[in-house]
Amino acid sequence: MMGAAFVPLAPAGGPRFVRLLSAGGWSFYVAAAVVLFVAFPILHLVVPADSALHVSDYWVTLIGKIMCYAIVALAMDLIWGYTGILSLGHGLFFALGGYAMGMYLMRSIGRDGVYQSNLPDFMVFLDWKAYPWYWSFTDHFWYAALLVVLVPGLLAFVFGFFAFRSRIKGVYFSIITQALTYASMLLFFRNNTGFGGNNGFTDFKRILGFPITAPETRMALFAVTGAALLGFLLFARWIVTSKLGRVLTAIRDAESRVMFSGYDPVYFKLFIWTVSAVICGIAGALYVPQVGIINPSEMSPANSIEIAIWTAVGGRGTLYGPVLGAAAVNLGKSWFTKAFPEYWLFALGLLFILVTLFLPRGLAGLLAARRKAP
Amino acid sequence: MSVGLARWLRVGLVAAALLFAGRAIAALDAALVHDLGFGESDAKIRAIAALASSGTPETATLLQALLDGNVQTAGEEQVLLVSGETATDLATGKTLSPLPADRDDLVINNRVRKEIETAIAIFKLTSKDRAVRLAAAKQLQTGAGEEMLLAIDRALAQESDAEIKDLLALTRASVQLASSDKATRVTAIRTLAESNNPGTKTLLLGLLEKKGDAYAEPDADVRAEAERSLRAVESKLTTGEMIGRVFSGVSLGSILLLAALGLAITYGLMGVINMAHGELIMVGAYATYVVQNLFRSYAPGAFDAYLLCAVPAAFAASALVGMALERSVIRFLYGRPLETLLATWGISLILIQTVRTIFGAQNVQVENPSWMSGGIEAVTGVVLPWSRIIIIGFAALVLLAMWLLLTRTRLGLFVRAVTQNRAMASCNGVPTRRVDTMAFGLGSGIAGLAGYALSQIGNVGPDLGQSYIVDSFMVVVLGGVGQLAGTVYAAMGLGIVNKFLEAWSGAVLAKIAVLVFIIFFIQKRPQGLFALKGRTAEA
Repeated sequence: MMGAAFVPLAPAGGPRFVRLLSAGGWSFYVAAAVVLFVAFPILHLVVPADSALHVSDYWVTLIGKIMCYAIVALAMDLIWGYTGILSLGHGLFFALGGYAMGMYLMRSIGRDGVYQSNLPDFMVFLDWKAYPWYWSFTDHFWYAALLVVLVPGLLAFVFGFFAFRSRIKGVYFSIITQALTYASMLLFFRNNTGFGGNNGFTDFKRILGFPITAPETRMALFAVTGAALLGFLLFARWIVTSKLGRVLTAIRDAESRVMFSGYDPVYFKLFIWTVSAVICGIAGALYVPQVGIINPSEMSPANSIEIAIWTAVGGRGTLYGPVLGAAAVNLGKSWFTKAFPEYWLFALGLLFILVTLFLPRGLAGLLAARRKAP
Repeated sequence: MSVGLARWLRVGLVAAALLFAGRAIAALDAALVHDLGFGESDAKIRAIAALASSGTPETATLLQALLDGNVQTAGEEQVLLVSGETATDLATGKTLSPLPADRDDLVINNRVRKEIETAIAIFKLTSKDRAVRLAAAKQLQTGAGEEMLLAIDRALAQESDAEIKDLLALTRASVQLASSDKATRVTAIRTLAESNNPGTKTLLLGLLEKKGDAYAEPDADVRAEAERSLRAVESKLTTGEMIGRVFSGVSLGSILLLAALGLAITYGLMGVINMAHGELIMVGAYATYVVQNLFRSYAPGAFDAYLLCAVPAAFAASALVGMALERSVIRFLYGRPLETLLATWGISLILIQTVRTIFGAQNVQVENPSWMSGGIEAVTGVVLPWSRIIIIGFAALVLLAMWLLLTRTRLGLFVRAVTQNRAMASCNGVPTRRVDTMAFGLGSGIAGLAGYALSQIGNVGPDLGQSYIVDSFMVVVLGGVGQLAGTVYAAMGLGIVNKFLEAWSGAVLAKIAVLVFIIFFIQKRPQGLFALKGRTAEA
């Protein structure tokens, strides 16, 4: 269905699984690592606040947030750009990862809440006397970290298994994933679900014993997020340049032919779908301590579909494209919502239309065309 | 008017007031009056009950005066009914003027106040005004005592209104149930079995309740009788509840149908995923709002007719927006469904923001015309509102019109031809591009009609469409692509199932259950309820 209109950027030559990145790619990589792990901490923590070179809290939070979004866009690219399956439910996996981390953060508040109780404030408010069973062990960081991976992974696996097995594809799949995230949003909006209802989790105090608002802690979270982004970029690169990646691209371009060649697309799709969901969950877990809140609106269909536009703006089927797209759209958003708040929806809507009509390969396509031109 | 005349008039008025006061309150029993004025709460309540049992209209005036604070005490003995500048001594019936100086307000606590209100309600049961009688019957539901049984029986015999009769019968039964005589209680329970009022159930359940170790009703025979009556009442109530639920299910289904019919054309027949469909619904609702405002400003006399004029307006507004979209954006994306999905989502954002800019972010008020208010009472306690009935009829009409259009007109023929085989239709001279635009306009126009219907029963705001988009896609997915019949069955089925689950598990869980059900259903029948037969390979 998509093959006709969408020509992949990746070279279509014979198999090459040798090098992960070119020399230029590696040097770019090292440069990015230096900026994230050396330049940023020094500019934020060491350089005095009145200096022109100082990087403020605002920028650390914003860039940290955007890196989380970039990880999500990357996960979306694996499933959409490379495998041709448009998910409109990735916000759900992001939010589930965030909620899993949020449970740990809620429990590390201890008795410092408004009601000075062992239970989170919203449970005191509901007059609950003990934690529900699914909250057990969440006071251990490693268990919460396990949940971050397991919950989105398991949900994606089960959902994907049923969906792919009965060959739900194309827009059908998109619509159903949207319904899934919509239903989950309704579920999490209920107070009785036990995740704080409308307000979700907020007012976190500390993470692993460190105060969560201290500049050093924030910087550490920032660095971990940066490391995760770089790590996932390499991981994604490894997947798409492997044989597995070739099969995925083939599924995108002509699924029937893949089947006729003796491959069963179900398990390839299931694998990349689950991996993508887990990456999203991890991004969500990194996002929550940095922005300090998680609530069900993260699961709204609008959020999930916005993820798709980051990937589309950046350029599907390339790995740096989605990162670029997530950064460009979100920087634009934070500027726009401050400068002309009432026009942001117009801008976003136009972006959706113009990119699909005139920029099917996104910014990455523009850059590639430029490189070829001279 | 001269000063002298005014003075004479005033004297005349005072005299009339005196005459009236004197006539209204005859002398009452002195002990009773003393209790009323100076007794403790219990004594006061006894006095009030005694007053009430006399049943003369004058007592009603007195009781009302007690409530309003117009009964005062003077000194150690006198109890006065004060009206303006004069007062009547209740014990002697003599008029006092001027008022004694040592007056005190008569203290009435909440218990006494409640007692008085109940006593007054008994009098009000004989009022000519239905609303007054209804309010009185409701008042009596709590707090009626055995001494009022006679009065209630009398009122029951005279009453003609069914609702008030029901209330009174229930009150009588609840009074009798509290009686110490076993036979009275059993009779009351037997009478209750005939009722189909939801309140009866609560009443009977209360008897069977356990308080600590003992039952609320100590006698085992009476309890057995109560259980028998309870079962009879329950079976009657279940029928009523079923009717109500099926009705609200069909009502929800008809709304889903309206929302999904347009989608069935654009998605089912043309393969276009239109995420802006919900916003086209919203445009229709706002068109209705605009027509309503025009009528209000320019033809307030014909306000009730705005609803008819809004039908073509809503259809045209949405159809025009839809055709513009098709011409400007969607046309270039045929055959690329995922891109269409994203682009139309962008359109939906722009439409939402446009409406917000023009009409504001708040919900706007769309009023029902007067002939739409009220409803039919199918069974006691189950009222089917006219607005919902009309919308069900409207959905049926739209469905019929669409069916006729698709099967009986040239445009319908073309639409079906293009759907089945675009290339072949084009070869045979069907102007496929124009048919696309027309079909898209038709689908969008029906979305506008859905918005028109929704404006009559729900809030109209910029986010109106968002809440229906997921549901209407579910209907189309469940019904199968390109199938009108499938869409109808899916909409009705989803509506009814949803309402039944709602009663059982709450609205949110019901919605989730339905979504999970659809996901599993598609496992079994990926092409929906009514798959096209044949060997069509995947596109």
